[in-house]
Amino acid sequence: MDTPASNVAELLQQEQNTSGLLRLVTAGSVDDGKSTLIGRLLFESKGIFEDQLEAVQSASTRRGSAGGQLDLSLVTDGLKAEREQGITIDVAYRYFATPRRKFIIADTPGHEQYTRNMVTGASTADLVIILLDARQGVVTQSRRHAFLASLLGIKHMVVAVNKMDLVGYERAPFERIVADFTEFSTRLDVPDVTFIPMSALVGDNVTGRTRNMPWYEGAGLLHHLETVHIASDRNLIDFRFPVQLVSRPDLHFRGYMGTPASGIVRPGQDVVSLPSGVRSRVVRVIGPNGDVPEGFPPMAITLTLADEIDVSRGDVLVHPNNIPRVNDTVEAMVVWMAKDPLIPGKQYVIKHGTRKVPGFAKAIRYRVDVNSLRQHAADALALNEIGRCVLELSRPIVYDAYARNRASGSFIVIDRETHNTVGAGMLLDRERLDPEDAAAAPAPAHAVRPARASHRVSEIERRGRLKQQPLCVWISGTDPADVAAIAYVLERALFDAGMTGYVLRGDDDRCGGDPMRLAESARLLCDAGLFVVCATSTGQQIPGFDRIKQAVGADWMFAVAMGESPAGPPDPDVRLAATLTPEAAVEQVIRSLQGRGWIP
Amino acid sequence: MKHTLTHLAQLEAESIHIMREVVAECENPVMLFSVGKDSAVMLHLARKAFAPGRLPFPLMHVDTSFKFPEMIEYRDRLAKEVGAELIVARNDEALKRVGGPECWSCTMCADILKRQTLVEALIKHKFDAAFGGARRDEEKSRAKERVLSFRDKFQQWDPKNQRPELWNLYNTSHAPGDSFRVFPLSNWTELDVWMYIVQENIPIVPLYYAKARPVIRRDGMLVYAGDIVHPRPGETVEQCTVRFRTLGCQLCTGAVESTADTLEKVVEEVMVARNSERQNRAVDKDREGSMEEKKREGYF
Ligand SMILES: Nc1nc2c(ncn2[C@@H]2O[C@H](COP(=O)(O)OP(=O)(O)O)[C@@H](O)[C@H]2O)c(=O)[nH]1
Repeated sequence: MDTPASNVAELLQQEQNTSGLLRLVTAGSVDDGKSTLIGRLLFESKGIFEDQLEAVQSASTRRGSAGGQLDLSLVTDGLKAEREQGITIDVAYRYFATPRRKFIIADTPGHEQYTRNMVTGASTADLVIILLDARQGVVTQSRRHAFLASLLGIKHMVVAVNKMDLVGYERAPFERIVADFTEFSTRLDVPDVTFIPMSALVGDNVTGRTRNMPWYEGAGLLHHLETVHIASDRNLIDFRFPVQLVSRPDLHFRGYMGTPASGIVRPGQDVVSLPSGVRSRVVRVIGPNGDVPEGFPPMAITLTLADEIDVSRGDVLVHPNNIPRVNDTVEAMVVWMAKDPLIPGKQYVIKHGTRKVPGFAKAIRYRVDVNSLRQHAADALALNEIGRCVLELSRPIVYDAYARNRASGSFIVIDRETHNTVGAGMLLDRERLDPEDAAAAPAPAHAVRPARASHRVSEIERRGRLKQQPLCVWISGTDPADVAAIAYVLERALFDAGMTGYVLRGDDDRCGGDPMRLAESARLLCDAGLFVVCATSTGQQIPGFDRIKQAVGADWMFAVAMGESPAGPPDPDVRLAATLTPEAAVEQVIRSLQGRGWIP
Repeated sequence: MKHTLTHLAQLEAESIHIMREVVAECENPVMLFSVGKDSAVMLHLARKAFAPGRLPFPLMHVDTSFKFPEMIEYRDRLAKEVGAELIVARNDEALKRVGGPECWSCTMCADILKRQTLVEALIKHKFDAAFGGARRDEEKSRAKERVLSFRDKFQQWDPKNQRPELWNLYNTSHAPGDSFRVFPLSNWTELDVWMYIVQENIPIVPLYYAKARPVIRRDGMLVYAGDIVHPRPGETVEQCTVRFRTLGCQLCTGAVESTADTLEKVVEEVMVARNSERQNRAVDKDREGSMEEKKREGYF
């Protein structure tokens, strides 16, 4: 398996058995040996061609720094202007392969544009190699690289301690670096960190194991790259399908084309289109070679649905029992990439998934100093600065937190005048709505909350167990008995549909007739993942429906008004005629809940 | 089910995603069809991307008039089979002004008959996105090329004015008149392209296969002796078993001696090849960095 294929049949066989593609990004300060390392990887895996090698050879003698020897760092040289200056300033992509795996390296050199380049290269990477000079140990830049890798959600980090030949291949300096780096990296969110002592110049521990460091028991770099397990890094749980194109070649076919951001889709599954909430069922999943039993990332697929529903580019298809956030006020870590700074209030276009929406930064909560990782107050974000921003969008987007879902949690910022890409953002889970936001933002539909402060079980997990999403149906009417009757019929109907929940009555003694206490109880039940039906009637003093909604949680609230009760919500999700029987009223409520994707 | 894709399937998916995205967001895309193996793969991917619908864009071929007849035959047959509109951009005016093939050097041909013709055609048809089959592993200066390569009103490429590309979020916004070259095969290597041709059984121009052909040895290259290139005094036409590793004009595309007359043999030759593929194209050999200069001016 490890010998290169010698004919086409073997090659195709290998293709079936290899572990696919690994995308990696390299980071290091100037002169740590990054170019030499990449040059060696390409050279030894035959990733460079002989005529390129000749060019490198002649250039080595002309201006190489390896004393006329073959200077492998020249292999990765790029554009002419940069060559003349002897520096590289942009991301370059290199390719090499072994019988086990194919590799794409994003080579992101240092200097002023550092953050922008590394963030660009890291955005698609599965793994990051951080180079250190064994003589210098962990320096400021190393911390910066590690922080950026963690910010961009890279799960695998290799700390390549280079130039071990210059410290006599000794164990002590290596161990010191491991300790220093670990102390710092445990604060980051990178689950897999591997340290490898090496010499890129001599070739120790790059493509093979070396005898110069018998004390090191781990694998060489290439072996590690070939075997590191990345398949489980993908999110195959939360199905998110941003519709890219609607295909209607003739009257008989209507397909939704796109690449799932995450999750798996199969024929026969129910889906909800967001933000509209319209439901349908998947009929066919079509891959590049025809129908397939399953679609998953990064496949480019086409779905057909059972109903002719109104779905267009930018909408997201999801499973009804696993709903992402839908919101027009979002928080994100934003990396700024343009000379003109990000200024709160200035209008930009946000491209998220397949949707473009106008929006602006409402506030910059803080800026992170990438060197010290300290947070500072900021009125603007300059080129290469990173900050936590509150963004207000003119239409809602359908998203997840970047930490949970790279593809549905990322966006780019486009300047409206220059059309350039000026920023990159990673969406965050918001702990709670600011009072100010809550007043300004319309009720976000079906948003998912993270686990509350001390809870270790998240809302997502509760949903997974209960197969439902929390829901508060707040019924208000004039007659307490009528309202209660409807509440109990609704409870029965939801229960019979497989859901778990409870009725709370405003006239119950435990609430002391106080709707705010009722709202708080409802919130606890929703927090626990249940549905709750609240029955309230006039005669009770009402503090204003907005306060109730906020107390329950705007995400969970579904308001039902019977007749024209003055105490009810001014703008209910459903208004029932006062003359309906409880059964007919509940039927109408259920239909409406289904229509909005609250229940299957 | 382990829910993983082979690396070719991953590359295929990425290319399809890119094409769909550009078609969704750009107003008037076109596919540059150079008739080589990379365009063959690109066209194959495009058909998959938009199936069961038809190609949502025309194909355009920049024809210097010095191409091999096999290329033209293949081009016309394929366009018909695909049911795509085929635009042939040809600078008849320049050809008339300058004269027959003997009046053209490779550099002039590349500059006027290819670059200028392409640029003029793109402007004339108001295309705002042009798919090309170039790959990043082809040449040193391409390593930093974006998937969406921004061009100004003059179709010029400014290395300093390229946009960062993050995740798979491509920014197709542009002012009227500006446009993009789009390279859906950016992340494919030469071997990937060949393996995919084998896997998918994609027909390619027969010139890629070895056959006894009349050639002239000129400047260290084997040049095809057909209607276009004739022996100069002192040169002789030899019958050699050769094939072409890249396809272009008869003037500046060199043949290599080879016995690889089947797809399998060709791929096996590529597997052991020690020379990068463009070496036999005289146009690149001018001097170090030459491709980059051509690219700045709008040549591929
Ligand atoms: N002794 C020694 N020198 C190295 C090693 N790796 C790189 N160098 C040298 O360090 C210098 C900078 O290397 P280069 O690859 O250009 O660094 P970059 O700026 O990180 O790309 C060059 O002179 C290399 O020859 C190593 O492992 N040992």
